[in-house]
Amino acid sequence: MIKMTYRDAVRSALREALRGDPRVFLMGEDVGRYGGCFKVTYGLLEEFGPERVRDTPLSESTFLGAGVGAALGGMRPIVEIMTVNFSLLAMDQIVNNAATLRHMSGGQLSVPLVVRMATGAGRQVAAQHSHSLEGWYAHIPGIKVVAPATPADARGLLLAALHDPDPVFVFEHSALYGIDGEVDEGAAPDVIGRALVRRRGDAASVITYGGCVGKALQAADQLAADGIEVEVLDLRSLRPLDTSAILASVARTHRAVIVDEGWRTCSFAAEVSAQIMEGGFYSLDAPVGRVCSAEVPIPYAKHMEDAALPQVAGIVHAVRETIGSHG
Amino acid sequence: MIDSGSPVPPPPPRAHALELLSQMLLVRRFEEKSAELYTLGKIRGFLHLYIGEEAVAVGAMQALTEDDGIVATYREHGQALARGIPAGALMAEMYGKANGCSRGRGGSMHFFDVARRFYGGHAIVGGGLPVAVGLALADRMLGRPRVTACFFGDGAVAEGEFHESLNLAALWRLPVLFLCENNLYAMGTALERHQAQPDMRLKAQGYTIPAEAVDGMDVLAVEDATLRAAAAVRRGDGPFLLEIRTYRFRAHSMADPELYRAKEEVEQWKSRDPIALFLGRLRFWRLLDDADLAAIDARVAGQVDEAVRFAEAGPWEPLEDLCRDVYTRVQP
Repeated sequence: MIKMTYRDAVRSALREALRGDPRVFLMGEDVGRYGGCFKVTYGLLEEFGPERVRDTPLSESTFLGAGVGAALGGMRPIVEIMTVNFSLLAMDQIVNNAATLRHMSGGQLSVPLVVRMATGAGRQVAAQHSHSLEGWYAHIPGIKVVAPATPADARGLLLAALHDPDPVFVFEHSALYGIDGEVDEGAAPDVIGRALVRRRGDAASVITYGGCVGKALQAADQLAADGIEVEVLDLRSLRPLDTSAILASVARTHRAVIVDEGWRTCSFAAEVSAQIMEGGFYSLDAPVGRVCSAEVPIPYAKHMEDAALPQVAGIVHAVRETIGSHG
Repeated sequence: MIDSGSPVPPPPPRAHALELLSQMLLVRRFEEKSAELYTLGKIRGFLHLYIGEEAVAVGAMQALTEDDGIVATYREHGQALARGIPAGALMAEMYGKANGCSRGRGGSMHFFDVARRFYGGHAIVGGGLPVAVGLALADRMLGRPRVTACFFGDGAVAEGEFHESLNLAALWRLPVLFLCENNLYAMGTALERHQAQPDMRLKAQGYTIPAEAVDGMDVLAVEDATLRAAAAVRRGDGPFLLEIRTYRFRAHSMADPELYRAKEEVEQWKSRDPIALFLGRLRFWRLLDDADLAAIDARVAGQVDEAVRFAEAGPWEPLEDLCRDVYTRVQP
């Protein structure tokens, strides 16, 4: 185990993949000479050369679609889309091709494509660079969606994505790139679709993923100071969703608060809430709570942006609501 | 209206000429039968017929080897037949049967046959181009001397994906053969009503891609132009764009009342029917007599009848399989 940043953990996985499989290559905007917009791919061009670390034009739809085609052709492309907002320009290739080709061809095709992108707000980059749209992608059958919250998961889930025969979308919250964590560089690839309990507790389940896991753990610390022990469940994968882990946690705690940086309306949190209603209704002692982003394009001004996003105080408040303790 | 600018070529070998004719006739009769079966409710959904454009798919496909890849549009019956996908598997697909070429999951617009490197069947206009670029990229990276032929219509050139794909293919010198099947209409919108620059060659040149235009009603001209274009791509010269000028005689789809074009225009183009034109040439060259034609007609009719029988006899996929093939591995 060594300590490394989330950014370095992603790079470590990319390097391992590039070294281990000649079919793997990277493609995206400024992944090469620039070193990656978040410096994730820094140094890889020098190590692996321009054939395998490909700078692309600003043509999201086409380089994503070229990733689909290259995957069909026997390669293992890893496409980086700078940030989730730019993925909207590639929506056609994602929804109409990557997700459908296997089914539409009657099972003849597989699309072993990995797409990485940064998601989330919190850096004062305003309304067009602050989306959390992973919930949209989780809506689509035919693709998988993971959201690693720790450096170890950033490595393990990316390697798992590379071993998957189908398109996997990896959402890396941009606020996480600088965080540290223990990483075992010898560990086997993770398994997609398994949630993890990050903290045990019996007062309530705080269910979250990606950039909100850290906030949920901080909220749990604050609550613990008042003797309230909550469980923090990190979903890690939005599709497939580990529903049994969610229901098992709620069965233990009888209360749930879902934290999701997406907007509340039609949010991924709404899906989790519905799963709890359908599968865990009789173990609930209180209504399911949700902490989501305010219904507003994410504003630039810091105080406004902070107010729009899920924060530790809001999570603490929501947990107290659900257990009826505002002491 | 386009006249073939090229002089009458020397006659092709007889067997090859009759094969071209047979393939075009198979497409024509298959499409006529499809229209009939659509009105009977055997085929549902969208059905886009290829009648009038047969010389394009049949001519172009001659230039491709079995290792080359093909990406086509939702009007891909001609390409699929010319590629050699059995007519029965295509008809069964349109019936929605499990013995269809996409197991009934795709229908008329989504024919696939991986063994023949036929990668669809794409119904989002322009959406196939990036996939073709990627297939070509894989070939380049794996050192396979293949061509990826990408069919698309004139409507697709208005899409951003057309421009992005030409740029990327040219920038990376990828072995893509862009085949613009210009039938003068983007669904119901005439070319001059959707393109500021209707000459596809000039668009390609803007991306440094060599381009030619060819009479798409002349199967030999299409074959010849595609052979030369494919050879350039195969040599490693990078992509090539061929604008194949043609016309669809039938409506855009079965739901189209054709309010946007004059009957006279359609009739004028029908006077250059690619099959009739080629038949005329074959008779002029004395490569075909009435008995030959009758034999070919009978064989093609038999193929179409057999295709319908295959489709009729095909099984429906069991409902338990509904969620099959969404992912490659069954979800735990």
